[in-house]
Amino acid sequence: MSSLFNKKQLEKVRAGREAWEKDLAGNLVQKPDRKARFSTVSDLEIKSIYSPEDIAHLDYEQDLGFPSQYPYTRGVQTSMYRGQLWTMRMFAGLGSAEDTNQRFHYLVQQGQTGLSTAFHMPTLMGYDSDSPLARGECGKCGVAIDTLKDMEILFDGLPIDRITTSMTINPPASVIWAMYLAMGEKRGILRSKLGGTIQNDMLKEFAAQKTFMCPIRPSLRVVTDTVEFGTKEVPRWNTISISGYHIREAGSTAVQELAFTLADGLAYVEDAMSRGLDVDDFAPRLSFFFNAHIDFFEEIAKYRAARRMWARFMKERFKAKNPRSWWLRFHTQTAGCSLTAQQPYNNVVRTALEALAAILGGTQSLHTNSLDEVLAIPTAEAATIALRTQQIIADESGVTHSIDPLGGSYFIEALTNQMEEEALAYIRKIDEMGGMVEALDRHYPQMEIADSAYKFQQQIDRGEKTMVGVNKYVTGEPPPVEILKIDPELEAKQIARLHQVKNDRNNKKVRECLERLGEACVNNENVMPFLIQAVKEYASLQECCDVYRKVFGRYRDPGIF
Amino acid sequence: MAGERKLRVLVGKPGLDGHDRGARIIARAFRDAGFEVVYTGLHQTPEEIVQAALQEDVDMIGLSSLAGAHNYLLPRVLELLKENKAEDIALVGGGIFPDADIVSLKQMGVKKLFTPGATLDDITNWVRENIKPRSL
Amino acid sequence: MNWTQKILAGDLRSVARLIRDIDDGIPEARAVLKELYPHTGRAYVIGITGSPGVGKSTLVDRMIQHLRARGKTVGILAVDPTSPFSGGAILGDRIRMQRHSTDEGVFIRSMATRGHFGGLTPSTRGAIAVLDAMGKDYILVETVGVGQDEIEIVRSAHTTLIVLVPGMGDDIQAIKAGILEVGDVFVINKCEREGAQKTRQELQMMIEMGKDRKAKGGWKPLIFMTEAVKNDGLEALMAGIEEHRGFLFKKDPAYLSEFQYSRARMELFDLVRQDVIQVIMDHLTQTGRWDHFVQELVQKKTDPYTLSKEIIARYLNAGNEPITDRLE
Repeated sequence: MSSLFNKKQLEKVRAGREAWEKDLAGNLVQKPDRKARFSTVSDLEIKSIYSPEDIAHLDYEQDLGFPSQYPYTRGVQTSMYRGQLWTMRMFAGLGSAEDTNQRFHYLVQQGQTGLSTAFHMPTLMGYDSDSPLARGECGKCGVAIDTLKDMEILFDGLPIDRITTSMTINPPASVIWAMYLAMGEKRGILRSKLGGTIQNDMLKEFAAQKTFMCPIRPSLRVVTDTVEFGTKEVPRWNTISISGYHIREAGSTAVQELAFTLADGLAYVEDAMSRGLDVDDFAPRLSFFFNAHIDFFEEIAKYRAARRMWARFMKERFKAKNPRSWWLRFHTQTAGCSLTAQQPYNNVVRTALEALAAILGGTQSLHTNSLDEVLAIPTAEAATIALRTQQIIADESGVTHSIDPLGGSYFIEALTNQMEEEALAYIRKIDEMGGMVEALDRHYPQMEIADSAYKFQQQIDRGEKTMVGVNKYVTGEPPPVEILKIDPELEAKQIARLHQVKNDRNNKKVRECLERLGEACVNNENVMPFLIQAVKEYASLQECCDVYRKVFGRYRDPGIF
Repeated sequence: MAGERKLRVLVGKPGLDGHDRGARIIARAFRDAGFEVVYTGLHQTPEEIVQAALQEDVDMIGLSSLAGAHNYLLPRVLELLKENKAEDIALVGGGIFPDADIVSLKQMGVKKLFTPGATLDDITNWVRENIKPRSL
Repeated sequence: MNWTQKILAGDLRSVARLIRDIDDGIPEARAVLKELYPHTGRAYVIGITGSPGVGKSTLVDRMIQHLRARGKTVGILAVDPTSPFSGGAILGDRIRMQRHSTDEGVFIRSMATRGHFGGLTPSTRGAIAVLDAMGKDYILVETVGVGQDEIEIVRSAHTTLIVLVPGMGDDIQAIKAGILEVGDVFVINKCEREGAQKTRQELQMMIEMGKDRKAKGGWKPLIFMTEAVKNDGLEALMAGIEEHRGFLFKKDPAYLSEFQYSRARMELFDLVRQDVIQVIMDHLTQTGRWDHFVQELVQKKTDPYTLSKEIIARYLNAGNEPITDRLE
């Protein structure tokens, strides 16, 4: 194992550091530090200064490598942003399919390079707009999609054979994906040309986001069905976006976000392999989704640690041979939970810093939050500012000129190592429990997240951690922003459309398709082909999900604090 | 000591939204403030919430609303409380509410709406000062 | 309509309020309990206890389902611990049974231990009585998973369920004899986990090795394997409970009267003890004498035995020698 510094140099450094510490001790008497302890937003303690001593054992070849070289700490692609910028992919969805279609066109015109869809709450939970549970929720936090008809309107006029689409959807992901694929078929596009992502990460739902429908194991089975189907039929599609974003939003620390996300990934790989799939066949299409929170360096270190850890797991634990299986590719979203309702224009600054961290961390795709996102679905103006933020970083700031520009920084490398170490400790614990599925059953991640969330809130309340405008530099004015209002008639219109579709379709065929779907669920057959058949006949989202609920049962919130 | 009433509060999330970070934190904070908290969790219908409130004889219902469905869900809870002659159970909300909606909801009978910026102490102190164990 | 009538008629709010009054120690609640007493004794009480995390609440949820399917009405008391620091509590058992909350035949009530040990609260009996008088066929009492010494639930329940999970391994050995004496039915939940059969065997062995169980009329505890989340094993469990019920009420009339005697004795004893202590303590604290006595002990001016005798002499009108003599 070679190190970057030889013994003699390190000696000199140590001497220098000791002299500096002596100076510091004297200094502190007259000029005490501003705080007793400096720590990240995740409460990770940060030292005053880092030096070669902190990375004395770093091995360039083994621990860092060059881009596209194992273990990929510095990046997965060879030329990174010099060759191709990250995809600017703004999450969008509001009201009706027509409204969102308009927003999609607008964003594409403004220069966004990939589509990203936000669905409304009923769709996210597998209910149609006419369900009594959907009362009051229609179109409020995303687009209403009940049938293939809505899907077709949503993507009207958009070149889905040339542009990639990400769909943030979890329990009903298989159904939504089936609709997208059916739409592609109807347009005469080959499945092999369709590119995109479905989030489809059920494990994190049980840990964090809590949109759940069926119990853990059947949910995992359906996810693996999509992985299997995608591997064979839709090779350009990322069938899971293994997510840490929501884990972080639920209140976890950065290390927990890192650990639980990768642990979820390990569980997905294991499940797919237990079905007989060859790891090198599906692993290259697994993708990740991280949060970009406000503590700048902690986030950058997190992404680098993630790449290195995943590469090592894939190679050593799962014996993957294809280098593409070792790559951790990820999408990032800036942290929703870091935004404030007070003084909302400050959020533009937060988003910019967070976006910068994600880019310096080497993200493949990025969504930047809008300044009004705490209050409502973004207005077009606010969404544009968020997009421009990315464009300014890309074209003006120069940070894309050199790959992994912070590589070699004593601080960043030390922090990367530390995060890896702490995350591995969590993963080991989860391994001992028997893996993430077991850990979720025992509510381990849920409890850890709840503890971190409570701790953070107390720190904010006590002023130990700062949120500008909230517990420091507080002003009394109400937010001066215009927020987006959803058409109150939407619910009625959407229900009417749904009923029309149900009227016009061949209901006998729909019933048959749903029956066959049910049988496939019971007989452990891959559900995808049956779903595609059903949605083509305009079976609704809820009708398909009701089949799942019937066969697999429902999962209820166990209420972990 | 005999004869001293403990404050009983229900905390839950109505509707389909699963973002319960705030609700869980509040539940803990209420416990730390000495209240007995009946936590009904996620994905509750207004009917389920009100039935629980009645059976548990709570003094206050605290609901978290972040995804914009408050204009249906909160009034529906008020309606059900009225139907069950339980209007003395205070309804309090926490989350994201546009100003105009705050006004109309309070007119309808929601006792208080906490918006971002309220500290845990703010909330628990308000409850201590404004919510008393009810007498039938 | 007065209180008693409302409760006998099953009025939700009156029941809920009375339970609260009992919990808070409101004196007027007693009068109602007195009137209700003759109307109690119909409901079948099942106690469910076990360590945290074994799945009691989920099990109870499924049990409710089964009982409702048989057309029975159910009252549930779910007990959770009060925080010793704040005096508050998060009562989170209900969440796993919430789907039943809009079922008119089900009444679910969460209670906090309020500093009491043993898994129950002083007011649990009162709450059970109210649910009984209200007309519930079955009353399920889910208690705090507790260190195995005092399993209080057995004092109020007809059938006591002890819930375990596999892999408790050494813990089974460590479980004190108390729990084995007290359980009528053992449930190994999460039975799909590794070690389930082993746990079952160990438990079986301990039951066999156990004493005659004369105290339980010779009933040999049953063991059931369940996966509550999947509703597996519940049919058998419910049948097992009915078996115990049959044993209790039909098999041996001598045992039944013994059981009823014992239950009544425990109820009276607990109440008298509670009342006596409360009456004495209330007065002592109100008059400041209590603090005074404790200070005297701290300063070693006297000893607890002397003080106790003094207190008893004062409050129990037992100034006569014979009673206090027995304490020497």
